[in-house]
Amino acid sequence: MKKIIIIYGHYGCGKTNLSLNLAIDLAQKGDKVTIADMDVVNPYFRSGDYTDLLKEYGIDVIASDFSHSNLDLPSLPATMYSIFVREGIVIIDVGGDDAGAYALGRFSSKIKEAGYDAYYVVNGKRTLTTTPSEAAEILREIENASSLPATGVINNTHLQKYTNADVIEEGICFAQETAKLLSLPLVATTYPEEYIEKSKIKAEGKLFPVKVLVKPPFDL
Amino acid sequence: MSERFLMKGNEALAEAAIRAGCKHFFGYPITPQTELAAYMSKRMPKIGGTYLQAESELAAANMVLGASAAGVRAMTSSSSPGISLKTEAISYMAGSDVPALIINVQRGGPGLGGIQPSQADYWQATKATGHGDFQILVFAPATVQEMVDLVSDAFDMADKYRMPAMILADGMLGQMMEPVEFKEEGEKVLPEKPWAACGHHNQRKHNVVNSLYLTPQALESLVKERFERYEKIKATEQRASEYLVDDADIVLVAFGASARVAHSAVDMAREQGIKAGLIRPITLWPFPTDCLKKAAQTAKGFLSVEMNMGQMVDDVKLAINCSKPVDFFGRTGGVIPTPQEILDRIIKFGGEL
Repeated sequence: MKKIIIIYGHYGCGKTNLSLNLAIDLAQKGDKVTIADMDVVNPYFRSGDYTDLLKEYGIDVIASDFSHSNLDLPSLPATMYSIFVREGIVIIDVGGDDAGAYALGRFSSKIKEAGYDAYYVVNGKRTLTTTPSEAAEILREIENASSLPATGVINNTHLQKYTNADVIEEGICFAQETAKLLSLPLVATTYPEEYIEKSKIKAEGKLFPVKVLVKPPFDL
Repeated sequence: MSERFLMKGNEALAEAAIRAGCKHFFGYPITPQTELAAYMSKRMPKIGGTYLQAESELAAANMVLGASAAGVRAMTSSSSPGISLKTEAISYMAGSDVPALIINVQRGGPGLGGIQPSQADYWQATKATGHGDFQILVFAPATVQEMVDLVSDAFDMADKYRMPAMILADGMLGQMMEPVEFKEEGEKVLPEKPWAACGHHNQRKHNVVNSLYLTPQALESLVKERFERYEKIKATEQRASEYLVDDADIVLVAFGASARVAHSAVDMAREQGIKAGLIRPITLWPFPTDCLKKAAQTAKGFLSVEMNMGQMVDDVKLAINCSKPVDFFGRTGGVIPTPQEILDRIIKFGGEL
């Protein structure tokens, strides 16, 4: 696995939830992990909001100094540059669409020098990206904004509490077609453990279980 | 069969409005509502509609007044400070008997306040969205699906009663994502508007849409006619949802996002053997007094749970004619209460009853 892992995609496709799960998984396997919250577009539901949880796993967080405050400032902290000198793995959680990916573009040449994997996260149940061609178009915009071409697709298709085997399997077909259209490998498919058991999913390819960590604070 | 998709609250409000036949959106960006306008800017050109980012909130609201006066479905959206700027135009809409939809994705106030979710515009929405004697319809969705359903109802009722309607949401509902389903209805047939100023083509008399009246008597009689309409609305259009109210000793009253937290708190209380229930007003104006009155016959007390300093408490007290104690728990400034905090208050209040 490369040292820098970029997670980007459409708004609300589940980038932050995937970033948190990936970071926790790697940390539990013994890696030193840092999450860099590069979302400067949306002040709600960012990985920087989960610093306390991540600390429990020994994960470092680089986030805006104004994260979860009333300051809607599209700024990144100077410590963002430490991603190039840190030990272990750095996961960059990028803001949605091309608008979110511009912030990443500023680091593109140094990231290319260091070597990276960039995973394009797709959710076939997310409005405006429900067809492979729509999903492919958004990645092209993201790549233009970030100057960092994707190296793989991660399928994160789910429908919250309505997630069932059909949703996952339809999602895999959608993601395979999207990946084919983009000439990229489909790296993994996620499934939310609390809504569906792995044994119920009849599909090939790598399955990665995720916990629902990013959610509103209403539910028990 | 229709299919479910994941949408953010703000996007769902926009898509629902388009499906309800709204082809004219006038807005101005503000966190945490901006995705609504952004979504409109992408979709409106594709359906031959108008998306216009005005030079200010007031300008946008006045464009809604103009478009609605011409007889089309029009809307604007903003968040708290932006709604304050729109209130002049909302008063003019009410004074001109013009239907329109205004969406408020509330954030912390007063003043510039903050960008985190809040319900501190309850008073503004239900008592004074502008100067003068008037009311507007106010709907308070608690899920993204309900946002979709209420947008359509709000447009229909605004047309039926010729008055502005508001969806009072908050930053959390606007930003969170949930599965939604749109009923397949085909092209929406909108009601005729014989009063609209849309060109008489020498076929009829001029229609005048206006809020200026030259004699106090003319203005008084029009305002009185409007208030007769309000009485009819109060009698027929109240909406609320009930959860475990029938045998409840303590009835929580909460709307929107705080109702979601209150719902969880009721479940926690029931697990401990405390008989708690929840009344969730869906219409904030008209306020669902009938439902509260009925609950007051059996409940020992009411606990209003809000993301403000207790703006709904007086309406609860008036609805039940102060016949039972009414307690309050809330957080404000952009803080969302936790189920545990509410449970603690239920236990404390229960001990005092």
